[in-house]
Amino acid sequence: MNNPEHLKYSKSHEWVEFLDETTARVGITDFAQNSLGGLVFVNLPEEEDDITAGESLGDVESVKAVSDIISPISGKVAKINEDLLDEPEKINEDPYGAWFVEVSEISEIDELLDAKEYEAFCKEEE
Amino acid sequence: MKLLFEKSVPGRRCTMLPECDVPVVTPSEHHTRNIELRLPELAETDIARHYSALERRAHGVNNGFYPLGSCTMKYNPRINEAVASLPGFSQIHPLQPDNTAQGSLEVMYLANQYLGELTGMDEMSFQPAAGAHGELTCIMLFKRYHEAMGHTERKKIIIPDSAHGTNPATAVMCGMKVINIPSGEDGCVDLDKLRSVVGEDTAGLMLTNPNTLGIFEKDILEITKIVHDAGGLVFYDGANLNPIMGVIRPGDMGFDCVHLNLHKTFSTPHGGGGPGSGAIGCKKFLTPYLPKPRIKEKDGIYSRDFHGPQSIGKVKSFYGNFLITLRALTYVVTLGREGITQSAKNAVLNANYMMKRLGECYEIINKGICMHEFVITMEKEAKEYGVTAMDIAKALIDRGIHPPTMYFPLIVQEALMVEPTETEGKETLDEAADILIEIYKKGIAHPEEIHGLPKTTPIGRPDELKAARHPILRYVRE
Repeated sequence: MNNPEHLKYSKSHEWVEFLDETTARVGITDFAQNSLGGLVFVNLPEEEDDITAGESLGDVESVKAVSDIISPISGKVAKINEDLLDEPEKINEDPYGAWFVEVSEISEIDELLDAKEYEAFCKEEE
Repeated sequence: MKLLFEKSVPGRRCTMLPECDVPVVTPSEHHTRNIELRLPELAETDIARHYSALERRAHGVNNGFYPLGSCTMKYNPRINEAVASLPGFSQIHPLQPDNTAQGSLEVMYLANQYLGELTGMDEMSFQPAAGAHGELTCIMLFKRYHEAMGHTERKKIIIPDSAHGTNPATAVMCGMKVINIPSGEDGCVDLDKLRSVVGEDTAGLMLTNPNTLGIFEKDILEITKIVHDAGGLVFYDGANLNPIMGVIRPGDMGFDCVHLNLHKTFSTPHGGGGPGSGAIGCKKFLTPYLPKPRIKEKDGIYSRDFHGPQSIGKVKSFYGNFLITLRALTYVVTLGREGITQSAKNAVLNANYMMKRLGECYEIINKGICMHEFVITMEKEAKEYGVTAMDIAKALIDRGIHPPTMYFPLIVQEALMVEPTETEGKETLDEAADILIEIYKKGIAHPEEIHGLPKTTPIGRPDELKAARHPILRYVRE
């Protein structure tokens, strides 16, 4: 499994890329897209929305099911990746390039794993 | 297969209209079409054969076993159709004055009484057109009730993670926030979790019992009490009423409001887009908010009461799909009190018989006795052999059996949800179980072969992903 070293990971299979101390991008991991299968629809929050660590920031829909994306951080949505709305397949093709939201004014961060810890966690899940 | 539009031949007709015997009037230009009306032009034989061909490509409950979990695909008795075809019912218009439609109003009144008694509710409404519409109407009642009580802050609807997807959709459509609670180890509502989420902002709980795993929520009295103590209301999703009708009543479990899928539980036609009926019922304190008109009776005279200052208003034109209500009433009257109860018990017996037989090789999620349905998981087989729930489902089609519900409930990986219903005999259940076991064994032994099924159908395995990502929803004539 290819989980980039510079990212942090949540146990609900989201990744976080810290751009600086108060901004970060959030997406879903390779493990997540692989278990969900082909994605057909994405629901994203709106810019300026407040999001809370541990709560849903949106959802993804595959042929089988709809799944919440659990935000690993609290803050304000600065940008959303609108490309994903038209082309959700990008999440399957490039999960670590397909960021969902860029969050600013980060006020809280859930407990996150580094790449190695996350890989071990996924092995257990399997 | 060609569409009717593609079979069309210019100038072909199937009716000969009589000579026009009234003066011809030309509408003003403003009211005239400026583009040609595109309708297929066909002979009656072409049309009859087209629909017969479509019918041969479909699988209905009259074609074979149809164990589609949570959908209750029971047989639709012919007597329902005979009654619904009586000209006194089929040749009336909903705008007729009440005194010329007493029989039809009496049907609605009786359906209200009988279904109200079966569910433990004080009054029903038959307006909602289908299940999700009934759910929506119920949550609109909750909302209106809280507003009337001055509690506009009650905006959260609690929904277990095993619920039907229409539950959260309904709550959101009503402007509510959804609070999802995970199920406990036993697949039932986790009471501590429920206690931790109820509060002054709770509008209500949406629950189906038995739940989507086919397990009866044994703590139901405690569940409804927790929500009521917090000031919330409890909605009964009637999707799974079949195994309990005539045995126990949602009203006695503490539910304030129910919706029924007459097209499931009460044997009216099902699928293909309807018409369905999502009848609802509620306790007395919610009746002022019911959709109007409500059916009233005084000295043997029936009428529609359009007065209802607190009503949520109309949710469907006229009075819902009336002939569906009539079919449901026919079913209830035909079975009678003992028959209804027996039907529910047979549904449970059939499911348990089949579960026991399939347990020979399939991994069953339910521990102990199930209600009207049970859930299989193919998680292990998918990992070890690459044989998925999808493969089993596709292989069944070749054998003349409709697949069970798949990939639902979402809390079970590689789920197959089987609901035989009460209208199948032991021979059918045995035959289906034999086929399911044979498919399983062959699939495990030769995974590459099962991936290639079905082979006898007009199309094999459509590209579901492409269909969902790039749906073609309109026919465009070249």
